[in-house]
Amino acid sequence: MSRQQTHKLAVVVLTAVAAIVVIPIILVILYVVWQGLPMLSWAFLTEPPRNGMTEGGIMPALLGTIILTFGTAIVSFPLSIATAIYLAEYAGDNRLTRWIRMAIVNLAGIPSIVYGLFGLGMFVLFLGFGTSIIAGSLTLGIMTMPVVISTAEEAILAVPQQFRTVSLSLGASRWQTIRYQVLPHALPGIITGIILGLGRAAGETAPILFTVAAFYLPELPRSIFDQTMALPYHLYVIATQVPGMPLQIQYGVALVLLLIVLSFTLVATLVRTQMRRRREW
Amino acid sequence: MTDPLIAVRNLYLTYADETEALRNVSLDIHRNQVFVLFGPSRAGKSTLLRLFNRLSDLIEGTQRRGEVLLAGRDIFAPEVNVSALRRRVSMVFAVPTPLPGSIYANITYGLKLAGVRSEEELGRRVERSLRQAALWDEVKDRLESSAFALSGGQKQRLCIARSLALEPEVILLDNPTSGLDPISTATVEESLYELKARYTIVMVPHSVQQAARVADNAAFLLDGELIESGPAARMFVHPQDKRTEDYITGRFG
Repeated sequence: MSRQQTHKLAVVVLTAVAAIVVIPIILVILYVVWQGLPMLSWAFLTEPPRNGMTEGGIMPALLGTIILTFGTAIVSFPLSIATAIYLAEYAGDNRLTRWIRMAIVNLAGIPSIVYGLFGLGMFVLFLGFGTSIIAGSLTLGIMTMPVVISTAEEAILAVPQQFRTVSLSLGASRWQTIRYQVLPHALPGIITGIILGLGRAAGETAPILFTVAAFYLPELPRSIFDQTMALPYHLYVIATQVPGMPLQIQYGVALVLLLIVLSFTLVATLVRTQMRRRREW
Repeated sequence: MTDPLIAVRNLYLTYADETEALRNVSLDIHRNQVFVLFGPSRAGKSTLLRLFNRLSDLIEGTQRRGEVLLAGRDIFAPEVNVSALRRRVSMVFAVPTPLPGSIYANITYGLKLAGVRSEEELGRRVERSLRQAALWDEVKDRLESSAFALSGGQKQRLCIARSLALEPEVILLDNPTSGLDPISTATVEESLYELKARYTIVMVPHSVQQAARVADNAAFLLDGELIESGPAARMFVHPQDKRTEDYITGRFG
């Protein structure tokens, strides 16, 4: 075989492999859209489930997921961003730093059900929050931290070093330098990490299983110490726990969940490209 | 002779990897002159320059012995406010480095951090420092446009203006013309003559020729040691040390 033929063969094989990776994703999305689209309606989104959840809409679960996403944000961002700033700007190369980094890497690899169990033990039982929005938000918040920390740290480190040096040379303190010259330019990357983290939080079932999710709760939560329904758990319930559940409703829920998670990714991409375009250097 | 503005006394500096960047350096820098630190690469010129406003603090693991006195006071004394020191001893880097933002924002950045609030005062300082850096006429109509839109030479003069706005006593120039064309270089060099009336300038030059053009006094460094220092008129014509003579005449370096 000539060199040209080898080259052509390589291109064909690699393209095929790439396609094999992409095709299942496209199939999943298309199938869910095809099956779920007929269910999508204003009523489906705004009505509570009825008749043992076999009829009606998904409003409490949808709203619950939105609330939990906000809760996750409130828990995760301040901690994650502070950690990222510490790691990128202040931490020396020492044993403490290495331990922190090891902890973050390991946190990222922990199965989400383990977070759920930790949330049950720590927030629901030990701290006495009960099965509640606050317990769920804390659990989801901790789960998203590794992703947000890593992306935020990368974004901070990507800010050119000379901006820091110049800022310091003009009499800025270290914190002023971070505040005025580093964080503003790291923001697109930080926001991307945040949105991706939230997308993951919105779609997870295991962490909310024991900490917040209600099986069936047609009325809305009144405080952060109440339970709430949530879309991923709702989908799990109607797919496995309710006999005689119309398949259409299941795909309707799946589609809504998929759209929420995809929209997070989409927004993250848009934010990043928009802010990159405005960058001056 | 008056007391020197900057006095370096038996200064040693060792980096974390144990290379000796400076060995027993002592020199005096007097007010209102251009003092040039020249020598081949790795002689310790930039290292010494960065010690004067303690930008050297940013490098981890360095060990220092000896003193640097600014107007008679040890700049490494624990009570020294480093931010205030860096406003008194301001730095212009080899690569022109505007900060992201407008021309105006670049110049007012340090001033605002130093607590200057009045827009009137800020505006006055922007104009004055841009005039001193010979940039005012070129940018007065576009102070709000991005500093990155300027040419290389303009950027470097902006950086000089940014330092001047702080009204420092000393301006450190670390090879400020390295990336500039001959015309921009000439503009920067010319501005030095006017600047030294108000400020003291310590400069690492681009070349021996530049050193000879701009210096009032000069010090020749080699491998972290001060070989000789003195008035430029003598140094560049009748150097006392053989190594200085060899370097100036281009026999090495």
